[in-house]
Amino acid sequence: MASVIDMISFALLAAGGFCVFVGGVGVLRLPDLYTRMHAASITDTAGPLLVLAGLALQAGWSLALFKLAVILVFLAVTAPTAAYALGNAALVSGYRPAVVSDESGATDSEGEGHA
Amino acid sequence: MTLIFGVFLLILLVIVALAIVRSEDLFAAVMLSGIFSLLMAVNFFLLDAADVALTEAAVGAGVATVLFLGALALTGKEEARHTVSPGGRWLALGVSFATASLLFYASLENPHIGDGSAPVHQHVAPWYLANTLPLIDIPNVVTAVLGSFRGFDTLGEVFVVFTAGIGVMSILGVRHSLVELSGAELDARQRSLRHHLIPRIVGRGMVPLIMLFALYVQFHGEYSPGGGFQAGAIAAAAIILYSLLEGDDRGRELLPEWLLRLMVAGGALLYGGVGLACVLLGGNFLDYSVLATVPSAGQHLGLLLIELGVGITVTGVLISVFHAFARRASR
Repeated sequence: MASVIDMISFALLAAGGFCVFVGGVGVLRLPDLYTRMHAASITDTAGPLLVLAGLALQAGWSLALFKLAVILVFLAVTAPTAAYALGNAALVSGYRPAVVSDESGATDSEGEGHA
Repeated sequence: MTLIFGVFLLILLVIVALAIVRSEDLFAAVMLSGIFSLLMAVNFFLLDAADVALTEAAVGAGVATVLFLGALALTGKEEARHTVSPGGRWLALGVSFATASLLFYASLENPHIGDGSAPVHQHVAPWYLANTLPLIDIPNVVTAVLGSFRGFDTLGEVFVVFTAGIGVMSILGVRHSLVELSGAELDARQRSLRHHLIPRIVGRGMVPLIMLFALYVQFHGEYSPGGGFQAGAIAAAAIILYSLLEGDDRGRELLPEWLLRLMVAGGALLYGGVGLACVLLGGNFLDYSVLATVPSAGQHLGLLLIELGVGITVTGVLISVFHAFARRASR
């Protein structure tokens, strides 16, 4: 039983690590701030969720489980808020998306993203 | 495994430090220095220095970043251009290289991490470890050393914080009531996150939780990592967050200037007063054992009071410094 829980826990931790990695690659590769934020949001949401779930399985029913749950709630509340503040600040200070899609759904690149 | 992780963190620290030096956008440099502090905090935690990690995370990544941003609002966010002659460059390179070589040479003599026979672990540390439980009767040796065994040093630290706060206030803290504000200036003063609904609501939910955590760190410092310095920084972060969300004026209504000044001076006075009380009761300065009939109970009372003094002074100084910057920036 313990080994099954360990296996699930390792799988969750690995998946969480993979999500963070994908987010990192996305931040490096995507063209402008808004798409990069989209990539970074994976490291904020799915990554910690999976990693903390994996750690919770390792912790078992203990005080550590409660602390992990508190961290998860804290991240789930603050990360979207920070993302909102960042996106809003970028929009207010005049950054426009580099990739804009018109009504037919085709995409069109508008250069560097500095308006 | 810990060693690999530590080396990884140190490499990240070097990369971030290089990025700070190379960055000409000061705003980016401030953000990077916040990341530097967070990495440093993780490093401290890895070395089992949880008390220091807590301070570094709260002060370095939290409060210092806000203060730097306040300073940037006063000065501008681009680094000033200045040219260095080629000779100057070579001189700088030479000095840096020589210093780095000397430091590297000195580090060759260092004992290994966690080496029990290192001189630093053989001097007074064994005595502290052996006597904390019998003399002071609390599990956190760091608090015992900081508050009781070396209480005089900590008193000095509190007065360093106190003096730094007075310094910043006397340089930046011009009374704003003397300055007549025009309509536009008044409008600029209202600038805050007040009209941003989402950060405001989430932040308002966070402030009491951060405050609660600060109180926990303050009063649980004898049993777990924490104490006055950390709690003061965390409490100040909560109030600063409130000021950022609701506007500096609301923050100053919450904790008016006279109260902040009272906190800055009162905390340090409380610490010193506990020391004097020990003298009056027939002990040595800051010898808390005489405060109660049972020596260890006296130690508990003394530690509680001086940690409270430290926390009050640190909170007061950090908030005062923030207000001084924010008031300057809003003019």
